Amino acid sequence: MNAPTPIELVCPAGGLPALKAAVDNGANCVYAGFKDDTNARNFTGLNFDENSLKEGIRYAHDRGVKVLIALNTYPQTENWPRWTAAVDRAADYGVDAIILADPGLMAYAQRAHPNLRLHLSVQGSATNYEAINFYHERFGIQRAVLPRVLSLAQVEQVIANTPVEIEVFGFGGLCVMVEGRCALSAYATGTSPNCNGACSPGKAVRWEQTPQGLETRLNGILIDRYAEGERTGYPTICKGRFEVDEETYYAIEEPASLNTLEFLPELVRMGIRAIKIEGRQRSPAYVAQVTKIWREAIDNCLRDPGQFAPKASWMAELNKVSEGQSYTLGAYNRPWK
Amino acid sequence: MKLALGPLQYYWPRQQTLDFYESVAAMPVDIVYLGETVCSRRHELRLDDYLDIAARLADAGKEAVLSTLTLIESESDLKALRRAVDNQRFMVEANEMGAVRLLAKQGIPFVAGPTLNIFNAETLGLLAKLGAARWVMPPEAGRELLAGMRPALPVGIETEVFAYGRVPLAYSARCFTARRFNLQKDNCEFKCIDFPDGMMIKTREGQEFLSVNGIQTQSAKIYNLLADLPELAAAGVDILRISPQEAGTAAVLAAFRAKLDGRDTPLAGDFCNGFWHGRPGLELIGKAA
Repeated sequence: MNAPTPIELVCPAGGLPALKAAVDNGANCVYAGFKDDTNARNFTGLNFDENSLKEGIRYAHDRGVKVLIALNTYPQTENWPRWTAAVDRAADYGVDAIILADPGLMAYAQRAHPNLRLHLSVQGSATNYEAINFYHERFGIQRAVLPRVLSLAQVEQVIANTPVEIEVFGFGGLCVMVEGRCALSAYATGTSPNCNGACSPGKAVRWEQTPQGLETRLNGILIDRYAEGERTGYPTICKGRFEVDEETYYAIEEPASLNTLEFLPELVRMGIRAIKIEGRQRSPAYVAQVTKIWREAIDNCLRDPGQFAPKASWMAELNKVSEGQSYTLGAYNRPWK
Repeated sequence: MKLALGPLQYYWPRQQTLDFYESVAAMPVDIVYLGETVCSRRHELRLDDYLDIAARLADAGKEAVLSTLTLIESESDLKALRRAVDNQRFMVEANEMGAVRLLAKQGIPFVAGPTLNIFNAETLGLLAKLGAARWVMPPEAGRELLAGMRPALPVGIETEVFAYGRVPLAYSARCFTARRFNLQKDNCEFKCIDFPDGMMIKTREGQEFLSVNGIQTQSAKIYNLLADLPELAAAGVDILRISPQEAGTAAVLAAFRAKLDGRDTPLAGDFCNGFWHGRPGLELIGKAA
């Protein structure tokens, strides 16, 4: 049997401390963004300015770790120059790849920086090999991040039919909607993941203690109400409790984290090239913890995929940092659908 | 400006769907988009049925367009896509980039659909080079986006805007209608056929917020740009898309046609138009009708 294809562990860096935590704990790549709406985690207090990014790149490169810059929102005519400037800056700083969603921006990057490696962002919503091959033929993308909507069999079908490296999400918060195809936040708040790089923005959130319980509102819309002692969550629209007929329940999605650790041998076997950990908005401690466990798991798995089983201690540690303190196999596992 | 009837978002029984399109032949609409765009499990009508409908509508003087699935996951989805692309007669609306690849490879002119995320002239320009003869603005975009793109619009391309109906807001791998009945998508018993206008989601204080249509989530409010038509015309919009609902579609088309002819025909409903005005989509700016 051939040696398994190496798998890169791609970890989130919302800031310099998280970047260092990822590098120190075994990431092969870190991904990061600039401090503006050119990336899909445009949150106050997150991301990199020029100095911190240069330092981060130096820190990562000195230790053999790649730096990927996410420029994965959709520019519009009036702000187009800011996105192209961000592409130029990333190229000038010597990042290892940029992660893009907008075809126009890909064409620009290919033209202006022919040697810069391009990854197709999950925000590009490419869920089949015809779509991925389109981006490959037209813009030379070398890797695609798959939206979290495909079953394992469907992922394998993609890999079998494209020369593009495939990256999948392994762990972290889970968008139940196809990334790049969700305007729920835009509808409720005017802030759009596609154009503004944020979903359910903090400025639209209100927490209020009422006689009925603790209420969370988004631009005035009641997203959930918690009884005394209930675990509360951020009011992301798709994770709220709503009424259908007379019944109140998580009408779209129960808050849970994606955790695909148990599929690792399958992912290795089918030739996945990279596993992404979600969470640029999470703490450096989260990044350190999750990176460390996934590093150990991937190394174990690559040594002997046939004998791999997730350790109970890994699962327990990962559950502790999960959203909603539970996890799901997501769409990789058909029953979730 | 021309009027278009968007693809039927819902899953209606076969006869109801056939009857609806039979009546469309007599409606004041120029373009009719046909085909299943939401869920590949729905099969009351197949491509051949839609081709028959398209032919009948073409005979009635309508332009028929075949719309493709928005979320393509499996090899059988791709097979269905290839068959639509290869139909050899009717224009195809591409709703994801796999369809664009297939259409461009064959050099067939196409409609760049609303889920292609066309937010700037560079992206639209390259799609036009690949054969896009028309583009549909993403529903979340508005007048500012169009104004910004207008000076750089590819020559001859038609601009279409979602102008009436529940706004398609999101797509998922999961089916929220099936979830309501504790069913998995693979075994969904086609529950969405019981919700010909979607399933209403209210907040815990009873505000109608979203409408679930299988794997698609729509706005609860009806998006309505009727009152904004003069501005749409001035902004360079060529085509207005009306999304079919179970009842009243003919009246909506008639009201839009009348407005284009300079006559006001009021429509009633819980309306919104925020996206066009650069506001949260659920807002209503000015008067709706």
